[in-house]
Amino acid sequence: MSSSNDTIKKTITVTVLVCLFCSIVVSTAAVMLKPLQEKNIEQDMKRNILAAAGMFDAERDVDEQFASVETKVVELSSGTYTDVVDAATYVPRAAAKDPQMSEALSGSDDLAKIGRQEKYALVYLVNDDSGKLQTVILPVRGYGLWSTMHGFIALESDLQTVVGLGFYEHGETPGLGGEIDNPRWKAQWPGKQVFNSEGDVELGLIKGIVDTSRSGAEYQIDGLSGATLTSKGVTNLVHFWLGGKGYGPYLDNLKAGKT
Amino acid sequence: MEHYLSLLVRSIFIENMALAFFLGMCTFIAISKKIQAAIGLGIAVIVVLTLTVPLNYLILEHVLSEGALAWAGFEDVDLTFLGLLSYIGVIAASVQILEMFLDKYVPALYSALGVFLPLITVNCAILGASLFMVERDYNLSESVVYGLGSGIGWALAITALAGLREKMKYSDIPEGLEGLGITFITVGLMSLGFMSFGGIDL
Amino acid sequence: MSMKETLTNPIFNNNPIALQILGICSALAVTSSMQVSFVMCIALTTVCAFSNLFVSLIRNHIPNSVRIIVQMTIIASLVIVVDQVLKAFSYEISKQLSVFVGLIITNCIVMGRAEAFAMKYPPLPSFIDGLGNGLGYSFVLMAVAFVRELFGAGKMFGVEILPLATDGGWYIPNGLLLLPPSAFFLIGLLIWAIRAWKKDQVEAPDFKMAPNTVGSGSHSHS
Repeated sequence: MSSSNDTIKKTITVTVLVCLFCSIVVSTAAVMLKPLQEKNIEQDMKRNILAAAGMFDAERDVDEQFASVETKVVELSSGTYTDVVDAATYVPRAAAKDPQMSEALSGSDDLAKIGRQEKYALVYLVNDDSGKLQTVILPVRGYGLWSTMHGFIALESDLQTVVGLGFYEHGETPGLGGEIDNPRWKAQWPGKQVFNSEGDVELGLIKGIVDTSRSGAEYQIDGLSGATLTSKGVTNLVHFWLGGKGYGPYLDNLKAGKT
Repeated sequence: MEHYLSLLVRSIFIENMALAFFLGMCTFIAISKKIQAAIGLGIAVIVVLTLTVPLNYLILEHVLSEGALAWAGFEDVDLTFLGLLSYIGVIAASVQILEMFLDKYVPALYSALGVFLPLITVNCAILGASLFMVERDYNLSESVVYGLGSGIGWALAITALAGLREKMKYSDIPEGLEGLGITFITVGLMSLGFMSFGGIDL
Repeated sequence: MSMKETLTNPIFNNNPIALQILGICSALAVTSSMQVSFVMCIALTTVCAFSNLFVSLIRNHIPNSVRIIVQMTIIASLVIVVDQVLKAFSYEISKQLSVFVGLIITNCIVMGRAEAFAMKYPPLPSFIDGLGNGLGYSFVLMAVAFVRELFGAGKMFGVEILPLATDGGWYIPNGLLLLPPSAFFLIGLLIWAIRAWKKDQVEAPDFKMAPNTVGSGSHSHS
């Protein structure tokens, strides 16, 4: 290192050149890779939605599989479709942070402990070839032990039978609460019933293993051993989102055929 | 209010920077031989974190994120990819400014914290907190609370470790495990202890 | 020092994590899965090697007063590029690495090698040195990840090796290994193992135990 390096002129020249070079490299990389990255994010979301409905086939192209899925925006309080926001660009997670687009929940209303709930939610409808509704996929989220668990629950067209439940993001303890990702545990969900004869949400996790010979087993899922709080969190989020504060009004409307 | 209290407790105990995310380990291990030094460094980390996390939030919100430059006539510009570079720049600059400020106006504090400040620029806990703030979408007041909380958590962890290490100097440790080895195992046990705060619900 | 030594020294004799306690910050949080750790190792080794190369290329022109910031700029730019590439081509893993790729910027190994080696030596040896240090880091990271994933989840690179009891197999996984504290224990034990093998790396204790003097020494006086 010669001392001539420390003149002001040289210092500025070197810094400017380094900055210029770095900025060119960085921005080229960012601009060129952006389309690929955006596609990844979009496909990841689609994959999660399909996986919750038990429709995902790793062999086939995601976009092709998603073609049969229709995305709609629902106003949660009235349970009707709305076009206040555009389904293609609407991000419920960002809306839940925005005081204009969401409502604060507190105390007993906030069963899933999410703090704020967006006013509009996205729902995904799967129609069969004749255009008849086959599956409804609803985004759900709620607090477990460490983190907010984000996932989807899919219901059959009777809006009573579960098709599947899956989480795509959570920070639960690996091996304990993290077992919500275990395929064997998730396999219990299909076929379970959501609402009891009074029309309340009955579906939930119990402590221990479900005894299938007892009555009410159709509403019960095995609890996760060693993860009481995660199990409670899952039950709470199911009750919250399928109940009156969540998609309840929408499901009622859908049943009555007046959306 | 409850929400902020809960965030504070989470960031101090449950999501402890050092013990749950392994951040700031280099300095954490290197400066934890004496309690005095550990406390000094801990306070410096609290100050810097409480300053830089909200500062980086402001930079993200008003310069980098998509559409943030609308006031300057660039409406579709999304500069989020420059995040890393900006955050580390902000951290380095604010540490430097803090150092000069303390030197000039609060010399007593400077002589206590001065030596630790340059160490902090390359402390992963500082950059880590800013990155977590971005990833978790905190708002301004949340980022202040989060910065403060994670700083306190880190300071608590290093002070506790320094206390343990001071006592451990007198213990007879198997050959080869002395120094670094036993320190890591101690940190592991501390980390286990901090995990018991999990599930605390305010 | 020959090229080969430059490459292999940091892996065993002078491993940056085991000896200099450098750069473990960003390392441990991702070690619960080998696949993720592997990508992290590639990312860090790439950044370390190339930052050394670029810093060394312009080492004769870097003004002393701004050298740290120049190194930092180069490292940060490389990290951004790596991060962008990961997000584009390996999205699943980049999601799991989350903030830890960004934290390579503050990784002491990268900064340390740029300052200590690349500023003094020509480009090629610097590149090799960066590669060697990156590999040394990878060695520790993969060793920890191997134990954590194999005994914690019964898998290697996501492929089942030990069939888990929860899935109808025989192996009951050690859940502790998937939690953060286990990484500390493993690093501690690893350092012990390395030091038992390479005796010259043992630290001198601050206090030596006095030889046992019971019977002949102070005790008889009391």
